[in-house]
Amino acid sequence: MYARWVERLTDASISGFLWAFRIVIILVVVVGSALTLTQGKYSVATWIDLALNGLSIGSIYALIALGYTMVYGILGMINFAHGEIFMAGAFGGYFAAVGLAQAGFLNLNPLTALLSVVIMIAVAMAVSTTLAVLVERIAYRPLRNAPRLVPLISAIGASFFLQYTFRGFFGPGIYAYPAIDVLGQAVPLSFIRLRWVDVLVVVSALVMMAGLYLFVMRTKVGTAIRAVSEDKDIAALMGIDVNRVIVTTFAVGAAMAGAAGVLYALMFRQIFFFTGFVPGIKAFTAAVVGGIGNVPGAMLGGLFLGEAESIGPTLFLDGFGVPSPNQLRDVIAFTMLVLVLVFRPSGLLGERVTEHKA
Amino acid sequence: MTDARSAVMVATTTRHPWGGVVRVGLLGGVVAVYLCLVGIVPTFAERPLISGAISLGHTAIALAAVFSGYLAARRAPAGNVQAVTAGALAGAIAGSALALLVVVGEVVDVRAVMLQASPVLYDLLTFGMGLAGFWIPAVAGAVLGGAAAAVSTLPSSARLPLLSGLVWVVVLGLFAGLLRTPMLTGALSGVARFMFASDGLTPIGAVVTFVVAIGATVLQRRVLIRQRIAKMPAARRRALLAPALVAGLLVVLVLPLSLGGFFSQVVALAALYVLMGFGLNITLGLAGLLDLGFVAFFAVGAYTVGLLTSPGEFGIAQWPFWAAIPFAALIAMAFGAFLGLPILGIRGDYLAIATLGFGEIIRILAGSDLLKQWLGGPRGILNIPKPIDVPPGSLLAGPNQIYYIALACAALVAFVAWRLRGSRLGRAWIAIREDEDVAQALGIDLVQTKLLAYMLGAAFAGLGGGIFSALVGSIVSSSIQLFVSINVVAIIIVGGMGSIPGVVVGAVFLIGVPELFRELSSYRFLFYGIALIAMMRYRPEGLLPSRIVRRELHVPDEVASPGAPANGSVAG
Amino acid sequence: MPLLLAEGVTKRFGGLVAVSHLDFEIEQGGIVSVIGPNGAGKTTFFNCIAGFNRIDEGRIIFDGLPIYHLRRDKIAHLGISRTYQNIRLFANMTALENILVGLHHHLRSTWIGAVLGTRHVREDEARAHQEARRLLQFVGLQGKGDMLASKLPYGDQRRLEIARALANNPRLLLLDEPTAGMNPAETQQMTEFIRRLRDELGITILLIEHEMRVVMGLSDRITVLDHGERIAEGTPEQVRANPRVIEAYLGTPAT
Repeated sequence: MYARWVERLTDASISGFLWAFRIVIILVVVVGSALTLTQGKYSVATWIDLALNGLSIGSIYALIALGYTMVYGILGMINFAHGEIFMAGAFGGYFAAVGLAQAGFLNLNPLTALLSVVIMIAVAMAVSTTLAVLVERIAYRPLRNAPRLVPLISAIGASFFLQYTFRGFFGPGIYAYPAIDVLGQAVPLSFIRLRWVDVLVVVSALVMMAGLYLFVMRTKVGTAIRAVSEDKDIAALMGIDVNRVIVTTFAVGAAMAGAAGVLYALMFRQIFFFTGFVPGIKAFTAAVVGGIGNVPGAMLGGLFLGEAESIGPTLFLDGFGVPSPNQLRDVIAFTMLVLVLVFRPSGLLGERVTEHKA
Repeated sequence: MTDARSAVMVATTTRHPWGGVVRVGLLGGVVAVYLCLVGIVPTFAERPLISGAISLGHTAIALAAVFSGYLAARRAPAGNVQAVTAGALAGAIAGSALALLVVVGEVVDVRAVMLQASPVLYDLLTFGMGLAGFWIPAVAGAVLGGAAAAVSTLPSSARLPLLSGLVWVVVLGLFAGLLRTPMLTGALSGVARFMFASDGLTPIGAVVTFVVAIGATVLQRRVLIRQRIAKMPAARRRALLAPALVAGLLVVLVLPLSLGGFFSQVVALAALYVLMGFGLNITLGLAGLLDLGFVAFFAVGAYTVGLLTSPGEFGIAQWPFWAAIPFAALIAMAFGAFLGLPILGIRGDYLAIATLGFGEIIRILAGSDLLKQWLGGPRGILNIPKPIDVPPGSLLAGPNQIYYIALACAALVAFVAWRLRGSRLGRAWIAIREDEDVAQALGIDLVQTKLLAYMLGAAFAGLGGGIFSALVGSIVSSSIQLFVSINVVAIIIVGGMGSIPGVVVGAVFLIGVPELFRELSSYRFLFYGIALIAMMRYRPEGLLPSRIVRRELHVPDEVASPGAPANGSVAG
Repeated sequence: MPLLLAEGVTKRFGGLVAVSHLDFEIEQGGIVSVIGPNGAGKTTFFNCIAGFNRIDEGRIIFDGLPIYHLRRDKIAHLGISRTYQNIRLFANMTALENILVGLHHHLRSTWIGAVLGTRHVREDEARAHQEARRLLQFVGLQGKGDMLASKLPYGDQRRLEIARALANNPRLLLLDEPTAGMNPAETQQMTEFIRRLRDELGITILLIEHEMRVVMGLSDRITVLDHGERIAEGTPEQVRANPRVIEAYLGTPAT
């Protein structure tokens, strides 16, 4: 009787704890925002700046998140090495950019600059796709029917392998991306401060996401992808080559990540072998926030996360007098990950997998 | 899995026997070029095995040729001549890839892209001849591949002694420097000078080692010690085992005293990781919870000890170490409860990422301006005293005492884990690891049971962190890194989940060896990556799995078991 | 009052209605079978009772307590145990350990007690081992306690799973196709064994079964499901004579 009572008490304290957790988070957000806003340290222009910055970084997260979400949808595994695929794309783009800069093409005029970016993205996509297909073949395919943690551990291994392969190939130093002069210039608009690079990032991300959405929803291959993520066995019975569909999914996700790598590098102007790690985890967060397995969800989640980490530190924390709140940007992102996992594991738009599959 | 693989192999062999050989050769070539470009060959070349002749770098690249030769011999059509030809062919193809690398590299400078494609590398591959010697790797590859194939056709009574001779040359070559220094002062100084140069074996020493190792193996196989021991009655076997165990224990206890200096720092660190490995083994090995945020609790423990003991700027109590260390474990445990409660209801793979997030959150907080006024940020908490106050130069000075403390704590953790393994909680953990839905339907409260495993793991991480801060004498935010978590996870996965000797072996190889050989340490995470993938593919139960898992995976499958999950359920 | 009462139970998976407005009851000490063609929703109904699925509508009452919102472990604590259609033993544990897991809830040792090895814990463990061995003997697996569960022959695995379910000391036992994959002799043994469970231990038994001889021989009452709906309910004789059952279950006779 006593033991039962202890168990019940533990149960009650657990749910009490979870409620307290919720309330604390809500209090921090609400009170922090109220304090920051009433102090009025920041002008409307600053908030717009932050929001635009969040839009750019968020669309990059969204692009990476697509790869996580598609692979999860089809295999039910977290492709931990996806961040490194993104980093590989950034490196591919770097070498393309160096070549173009040496040829004098990069900064010839705005048109060649734009063309250069297209070439860089194409190279990055090729590099990322090749790597992703190799990783799938070597590290994931043999483990397809193993318990959930086995492919995850293998993916973590692949992630470290890729990071330190790049470190070996290219050294531990930081590579400065060649400057594309046009992109650094401001867009001639009077009411907001905006660089061309932000426009480029957001527009190309949107174009690629739209393309991907059409690809998944409208093409035959896309239909096959959706069929395989519904039910592999039935899809195989219908004559779909499941292995090929899975490889295609990895390739498409990797292409998006490769493109994101170039866009990221154009924004932040420097890369090194560890560049992919944190954006990778954050993009996974974005995929979870949007509802993993859900393609529009990944896009929404990416934007949401981008805004949260761009505006969040200033809005929620500055009011409390937290020194240099921007250091805590990643803390907000990871806290969000935990919050979503705990309180709404199906994400904003809902997980596509149903109960009997999960 | 293996059967299916060999079946596929047979199928390809019967289709194009020589096609398979060429593929193996190409694969060897890719591996060899990779080893060069990733920098392993040039970096390892700085560590000679046989002084003035062969370096570890050469060995690494030779292994690529040897393996392709060996695999090619197995794919070749029957017959020894064919096998050797196949081996030589595969080795030659692998070597030609390197020759191509030399030619391309000498003609076009690719260093703008590949940092390691330098003249140093080409000199290494051509033994200093540059472009003119581009044929050398191809010929060497053919010779090595052929030799490997030839060895593989020998009967095992000849093959095994040869292999053991080679392995001993490599091992003694690696440890030559370490062995030589203490030997020089003793009665063995003549032997030391004869066998060891300052950097590797002397050529004569190598020959002696090779011959002696072959002799010993042949002798051992003659006497058939293993079979004899196996035939002995259990009581006598135990009687033989006990002195061996005592001897082993003695070696472990006097190890740091006899080697001193840098070496004792390394063994102390390895012992610390053994302790943390045992801790995570409860969480991951028994309960199957992949905790990638181990460093969070390590940090809590380290900062707790730092704050409570340091007489410096940020210290708050100036307690002795012994008063502070229980708090390190307890506070880490409380953090484990605090962080674990919300997330332990979620699925295993999500849990792993969420814990990774915790690790990062704590890392960022430790270095942030927000906590700088209490934790010192990047400058950290300094002057953390050693647990036992002894004059410098005494046996227990410096890292040695930490080594013993870590060992004692590791033994304690192992004891706790062993006791729990046999209790209803241990069974509940394993049940959750095996099938959490069924475990719950049997009346096990998942969150409470998992929480306990998570909290115990956290407590031992805190203990490890506390001892770490005493070992280093300070705790700074840059010590709180993701790689602490990854190290511990890798130790357990490579060593074998749920296995105590596995954790020890894992810690020695993954922590001790890279610390001893700096050249290895820059490629440590590359090896982790390869090791994790390879372990998951070929031995998901680890190198030294716990008894029960091994029994499960290696008893011949005479009965079809429809209800049992497939191989690899260990990690599930 | 029936031991288990289900009213209007409905479970949907997306657009698919797996169980639809199902009414069901089972009296204390009864053996009731649920039959129906493949995909009729039998296992889904089991999953709803045992807390593996949340029901969308209706309610399930066990011994006067609503259980349809409870977690699986709480349902087990109330005295409902189950087995699985595709045997789900803990493959890397021995037969004895599998049963010991089933006893988990009835043991009381804390982790600190286990580490210290207190007398209380040692006695607790000794009792548990004794009880587990008794259960092994009861299901006819004496001497096989140290074998890994996955190494047992198929029929033994079925029995071990039942022994594990019995360890919880259930009042209601849900058996999901206990004779699946067995030969006629083994099926006969299992049938008698199930009857013993009721007669000797007084456990109420709810059974999903395809083997008609088992169903007809054992059951007090039978519920027939088709497409998630109950199409018949009654004694074996009544069900056997019901034309809707013959049509749904056996299919319309070929013309």
